[in-house]
Amino acid sequence: MTTNAKPKFAMYWASSCGGCEIAVLNIHEKLLEVDEAFEVVFWPVAMDAKVKDVEALPDQSITLTLFNGGMRTAENAEMAHLMRRKSQILVAFGSCACEGCIPGLANLSSIQSMLDYNYSGSPTTENPQDIRPQTNWEAPEGKLHLPALFSVLQTLDQVVPVDYFMPGCPPESKQIAAVIDLVVQALHGQGTLPGRGATIGAGLSTVCDECPRTRNAKQIHKFMRVQNVQEIDPALCLLEQGIPCNGPATRSGCGALCPNASAQCAGCYGPAEGVIDYGARLMSAFASVIDSNDPVEIGHILDGIPDPAGQFYRFNLAKSLLRASKQAWIGYDGRQEDK
Amino acid sequence: MEPTKTNSSFEPVIIGFTCNWCSYRAADMAGMARMKYPTNIRLIRVMCSGRMDPLFVLKAFASGADGVLITGCHPGDCHYIEQNYKALRRFLLMQRTLEQMGIEPGRLKLVWASASEGAKFTDEVIKIIDEVRLLGPLNWPAGQEMEMLPESIFDTEAAMEEEA
Repeated sequence: MTTNAKPKFAMYWASSCGGCEIAVLNIHEKLLEVDEAFEVVFWPVAMDAKVKDVEALPDQSITLTLFNGGMRTAENAEMAHLMRRKSQILVAFGSCACEGCIPGLANLSSIQSMLDYNYSGSPTTENPQDIRPQTNWEAPEGKLHLPALFSVLQTLDQVVPVDYFMPGCPPESKQIAAVIDLVVQALHGQGTLPGRGATIGAGLSTVCDECPRTRNAKQIHKFMRVQNVQEIDPALCLLEQGIPCNGPATRSGCGALCPNASAQCAGCYGPAEGVIDYGARLMSAFASVIDSNDPVEIGHILDGIPDPAGQFYRFNLAKSLLRASKQAWIGYDGRQEDK
Repeated sequence: MEPTKTNSSFEPVIIGFTCNWCSYRAADMAGMARMKYPTNIRLIRVMCSGRMDPLFVLKAFASGADGVLITGCHPGDCHYIEQNYKALRRFLLMQRTLEQMGIEPGRLKLVWASASEGAKFTDEVIKIIDEVRLLGPLNWPAGQEMEMLPESIFDTEAAMEEEA
């Protein structure tokens, strides 16, 4: 590998969908500035470099690493340790690395029940020999070793210390560009980076604060999924219209993209500053605006949210206070062999 | 009064949230009248059951509580007019979420008790302790597992050698 005097940049994906990489490419011509300011040493989606190349680098030699994805397998966590060791600034990039995101919803189920469903139970699976993934396999070419699954998906900062958090599923491109600007300026001594552990590339307040819709005193008689609402008032708060919008607890920074398009905020920017448990804040907010004092009627209204854990913790389960369901925690020993 | 249930080795920890105006006075009343209930419950006084953030309940479970009892003024009697209804709605919503998380509904209870209902308060405390004793320990691991995974467990080459 060639080296030059430019600061080094890396981006890595663990358990994620790849959307974060696309979001970085979406900064368009700004990418040329990244190339100008940094030497890209490791970025599996964009260039060819091997793990052994990273291992060969001196410790702390990568200036900036954007790490996206949660810790689903032992390999994810191994890479997290490697990137931590090699990087000066490690950013938990995107919702998966920050708070588990959609892959974190697997924390509602045990590994065994997920394997059972996916390898035999689901209606579209045909697996008469009941073949299951193995961590070790004797192939004619030699012994193969696959990383074990963790029984509970963890966030990046639950495995290694993280310098900054950049939320979003994916982070907005203009926010990424702003963060890269900031780091470049800091490298040239023209700016300072925020304190360690800070959330960057996002606001401090809630999506509601960025949302242009009108808010009145809320009184909800019924919750409905957005696709079942006949006509959405374009100017009125979605929650007031009975659409379960997660804006009240979600960090600002996206510009209220979804509510602007008449879709409820799903909560991908994670908890607003000072919110300890995202789902608790939402449960509190939703329950407060239900317009009924009768337990039976309240029950009927709550039936409009058929999957409360999925509603209130869609992106945040792995980082919530409980982190995983009891089913998923059982047998948790940090590293679970699945057979 | 002796704990009534069979499993004597397990002593559940119950966190009780009482409102300043009714249910905490009910607990006071129980004390003044020398009514007895087991020591498994730890009472925390809040100004109103409407002050109960779902966060408090989650924090209690994640920190090792086996059960949580929320108590407030009877409907219509709230010192802050109708905040106990808010507590009711939060409680009903929380129960649904907690069930998905594998926390049995019996571990979280909402009880109304007026300042004069020391006896009712005592009964309800005994009831939830008995019920949780039957459910067994919760032992939520999140609080204990917060420390990071040591790097050594990812030494796959050593693991392979060990297996060989």
